[in-house]
Amino acid sequence: MKNRLIYMDHGATTPVREEVLEAMLPFFKELYGNPSSLHSPGREVRRAVEEARGKTARSLGADPEEIYFTASGTEANNIALRGAAKQHGKPGHIITSSIEHHAVYEVCRDLEREGYRVTYLPVDQFGMVDPADLEKAITPDTFIISIMSANNEIGTLQPVRELGWIAKKHDILFHSDAVQVVGQLPVDLNELPVDFLSLSAHKFNGPKGVGALFMRKRTEVTPLYRGGSQEKKIRPGTENVPGIIGLSRAIELAVSEIPQKKEKLTALRDRLISGFLEIEEVILNGHPGLRLPGNVNVSFKHIEGESVLLSLDLEGVAVSSGSACSSGSEEPSHVLIAIGLDHSVAHGSIRFSLGLGSSEEDVDFVLGKIPGIVKRLREISPTYHKH
Amino acid sequence: MYNEIVVDHFSNPRNVGEIADADGVGETTSFKCGDMMKLYIKVKDGRIEDVRFQTYGCGAAIASSSMLTEMVRGKTLDEAMKITNENVAEELGGLPPVKMHCSNLAADALHEAIKDYRARHSAK
Ligand SMILES: Cc1ncc(COP(=O)(O)O)c(C=O)c1O
Ligand SMILES: [Zn+2]
Repeated sequence: MKNRLIYMDHGATTPVREEVLEAMLPFFKELYGNPSSLHSPGREVRRAVEEARGKTARSLGADPEEIYFTASGTEANNIALRGAAKQHGKPGHIITSSIEHHAVYEVCRDLEREGYRVTYLPVDQFGMVDPADLEKAITPDTFIISIMSANNEIGTLQPVRELGWIAKKHDILFHSDAVQVVGQLPVDLNELPVDFLSLSAHKFNGPKGVGALFMRKRTEVTPLYRGGSQEKKIRPGTENVPGIIGLSRAIELAVSEIPQKKEKLTALRDRLISGFLEIEEVILNGHPGLRLPGNVNVSFKHIEGESVLLSLDLEGVAVSSGSACSSGSEEPSHVLIAIGLDHSVAHGSIRFSLGLGSSEEDVDFVLGKIPGIVKRLREISPTYHKH
Repeated sequence: MYNEIVVDHFSNPRNVGEIADADGVGETTSFKCGDMMKLYIKVKDGRIEDVRFQTYGCGAAIASSSMLTEMVRGKTLDEAMKITNENVAEELGGLPPVKMHCSNLAADALHEAIKDYRARHSAK
């Protein structure tokens, strides 16, 4: 009997929920007008897009005019960082963390090659940035700081408010990649001291290929592309209307459900963590408490991560791993190295990320399978036998 | 991600373990990804009579270790020395290109084990 799929990779992406799909469908066929057109089918779609902007803004405590729809979380990050750098117009200093997603990290590397200086703040063993380090890293030519709200691999939540206040005090722009947080934990931009915030619909049961950038009033960036005047020229190109409608419906639903979802996922997460920690030589990566509700990241010593991933896949369980072999690169993830893990421990890391559809049965199924998988792979491993 | 042969060798690896009184032992670590393999051989009349392995690594590394042990049993040392990492990957029906370095352990560990055997025996 083939097992049903147990999906524990919500950090990678989530399924589009029914209500979201339903909201999107009319915008493929009946409501196909171009929102920039002046005729009535165009105006009708324009109204829907602006309504979506309103919903998205309300879900975040922002003003509709501060929301710019983009093609992804990646694009939102690029517009904020590159756009602010271009706007700055001269070489300067950027501060970020050493555990950012590639969609920030690679942009910073690129900007370095273009003559900007970048400081990559260290993190502690739990993956947390120390606000004192940020304060110390600031120089007279620092013009933007970018620190993610929560890490996608180990789930650690950053003290964004505190970091943001430091930036504000020094009159420096502050960006946060909140792709993993929006829809999981409350974000209130009325009081969060950030100038830019990125989000992506497919992480909260919305469609893939659509995101948004929050950019606070009076903040300016130089657009990366030239084209029409869509999204106030910050992101030209005919809008992905079904995607935008989907994003707005998904964020509205996700944010309204945060309290219950957070409670449920935290309980499932902690059940999974304590089950894993009963196995010998298992390490929890990330922070014990200050982590995303659905994120579990552990390393099974003496075992490489992809081999666990593959074993679980054969049992119908989908997870991800930060090991070198899994990423197809030659290095384990930079995040795991930044929290000080040994190469061999980093190489054994597995991420289980829970979401809307996750249940206690799923967790118990995985907890039932893992000991056997770990035992089998350790029996094959030369390092385990040395004990 | 992998073909059926690879999945089979990963799920049911052949010849796992140690040989306490091995005639030769070879160990290799991929400095690219950190995968690690240890191979033990028993030699009789110039042929590989028994072979066991232990591997720390991904699916490709475990499967290629297992496949290699199947390929060398009964071979003469000279024949075994000629087995290349590519041969192992071919026997597995191919591996994803990014995984080639993970499978490069197996033949290397075998050659180390044979060298170890030869060193022990020429020293006598
Ligand atoms: C923290 C973080 N930032 C950015 C992204 C990229 O988002 P997108 O897939 O929408 O480009 C992701 C998703 O993989 C993420 O987890
Ligand atoms: Zn490997």
